[in-house]
Amino acid sequence: MADGSIGLWTVPLAVLGGAIRVSTPFLFVSLGECITERSGRINLGLEGTLVMGAMSAYGISYLTGSPWLGVFAAGITGALLGALHAGICSLPRVNDIAVGIALMLFGTGLAFYLGKPLIEPTAPRLPAIDFGWWSDIPQLRAALRINVMFLIGVALAPILYWAFRTTRWGLLIRTAGESSDAARAMGYSVLLIRLRATMVGGFLAGIGGSFLSLFYPGSWNEGLSSGQGITAVALVIFARWDPLLCLWASLAFGGAAALGPALQSVGVTSGYHLFNAAPYILTLAIMIITCSPKRTLTGAPAELSITR
Amino acid sequence: MEFGRISRRHLLQGGAALTLGAAAGARPSFAAETTIGFIYVGSRDDYGYNQAHAQGAAALKKIPGLKVVEEEKVPETDAVEKTIESMINLDGATLLFPTSFGYYNPHMVKMANKFPKLHFEHCGGLWSDKDPKNAGSYFGYIDEAQYISGIVAGYTSKSGKLGFVAAKPIPQVLRNINAFALGARLANPKATTQVIFTGDWSMPVKEAEATNSLIDQGVDVLTCHVDGPKTMVENAARRGAMVCGYHVNQSPLAPKAYLTGAEWNWEALYPKFVKMIAAGESIPNFYRGGLKEEIVKTSPYGEAVSAEARKRADDVKAKFLSADGYAIFKGGLVDNKGKTVIAAGTDRGQKDPELEKMDYLVEGVVGATS
Repeated sequence: MADGSIGLWTVPLAVLGGAIRVSTPFLFVSLGECITERSGRINLGLEGTLVMGAMSAYGISYLTGSPWLGVFAAGITGALLGALHAGICSLPRVNDIAVGIALMLFGTGLAFYLGKPLIEPTAPRLPAIDFGWWSDIPQLRAALRINVMFLIGVALAPILYWAFRTTRWGLLIRTAGESSDAARAMGYSVLLIRLRATMVGGFLAGIGGSFLSLFYPGSWNEGLSSGQGITAVALVIFARWDPLLCLWASLAFGGAAALGPALQSVGVTSGYHLFNAAPYILTLAIMIITCSPKRTLTGAPAELSITR
Repeated sequence: MEFGRISRRHLLQGGAALTLGAAAGARPSFAAETTIGFIYVGSRDDYGYNQAHAQGAAALKKIPGLKVVEEEKVPETDAVEKTIESMINLDGATLLFPTSFGYYNPHMVKMANKFPKLHFEHCGGLWSDKDPKNAGSYFGYIDEAQYISGIVAGYTSKSGKLGFVAAKPIPQVLRNINAFALGARLANPKATTQVIFTGDWSMPVKEAEATNSLIDQGVDVLTCHVDGPKTMVENAARRGAMVCGYHVNQSPLAPKAYLTGAEWNWEALYPKFVKMIAAGESIPNFYRGGLKEEIVKTSPYGEAVSAEARKRADDVKAKFLSADGYAIFKGGLVDNKGKTVIAAGTDRGQKDPELEKMDYLVEGVVGATS
């Protein structure tokens, strides 16, 4: 211990740290997508929203010196992209999945184009709260340096769970997602509900992107997302459209992403490609275990284009 | 439609033939404008591999009579052939620099056969006698600069544990890891270098996780071989570790933590190539060099580098620059599984092609190639 090493304890610690550090973007995107999909629409464009959010947050933080303003700007950017998706999908005979793919390419392309001058400068980052003050193990303290956005995300999951069940807004979103005829019969505009749900979803995804560029890994470059947005959209299906399950799934994905590097650092070097693929193997395994030929996906909103 | 496309292509071919003739006549003196094409696999300003090449291209833009055209994020597929053809046919490029490893064979070789009067210079490939004569491959012995980084890192590390965040276990990467580890052992015979492979050239989240895991293991000086070292440098500096850079100088990102770094020096090499062509000399098809040939360089030392480390590093650097040169991979070299990989008495000099097939990690490296 004299040399500051903690040996094999690195692995569980890295998985814990990874769950906290890596999971936040997954959490925000999947909660946002959860709201959108519950209203009966799939927005695959959140990968583009995530990257646009990361870029705009970094840009605004660099220009104004305030990372929190950057987070806000990322949210607004995301909401605008969400509005664009919902607006196009409001037109008759438009497929939401096709629009989503188009917006994914549009968002990443636009972010790369506008983000060119932002690769070199260093923008102010979001602060971390030191939750490991009680420990004198530096590794543990590092793992417990938590950004407040993670805490907001963790709090948001049960709030959404509650809101879907007991609030009027939650009921309306669910009605639009389960039966658009019922929502129309009640006198509500399904398109307006979906527009708002997609904008809120985009807002959260944009904020998820700001975490990538302003906290961890903490800078803007073009490989930043490497598919995390699209993974998070898949997480929602995996979590059965349940915000609480989205939280656990995001934590599991974050922890699994840390597993590969951590195992290599303690000397488990064989098959690191396999460990790097751990999150995807986990998804496949759970999908296979929980699928059934006798029924459709439990919890799937009936109006989704994939279940309809 | 079909007819229109064919006639357009014929038109382009005709145009290309005209440009080609004009360019061939004008080449020696740059009387007419010469166009040079640069192709990058990633983003041109990634604080890494592609930026180093773009700095070389920028040095060419300053020379009067030269026009530089660039395209970035071209995948290592037949997409690069299309890019090369459009640079030749539409922009009139007569010298092309496809800068990524995977462009070489079959893509660039095919294009060099198709346009035998134009020059192709590829970074990193292994030109052989079977390849076209108008194609060439150049590369730098950046392991010399990594060796210097290793010496500085070995002196600076308090724990004797160094970390290396690497992309893939290919020969060029392994050679850098080994040179860094051997340099560190020169400074501190007990030093170990722990390597983590992320699996690809640009994986920011994995690189950040690898950096954190290494520091959790007690590593206090890190370096890397990935396309964009920015993530590693910033995250290591945040955790209070020291760093050695790679590709370009990253000291603005972490002024206090930056010790030194292994940099490309393309802005010296590319103008040299162009002058050789202008003078009518032919560039050797297989072009290699290190610190002495000014193909690679080291970053200026950071403030945390001790006088002892500077002296030792400068001494070794002077040996690299001397007429006799210096062999990093000396005879009697043992890999980290205990196998002798270079027999005693046969030093492998830097130009030894055996070194470009490296598939082992030397003693003192913690990690495995598969």
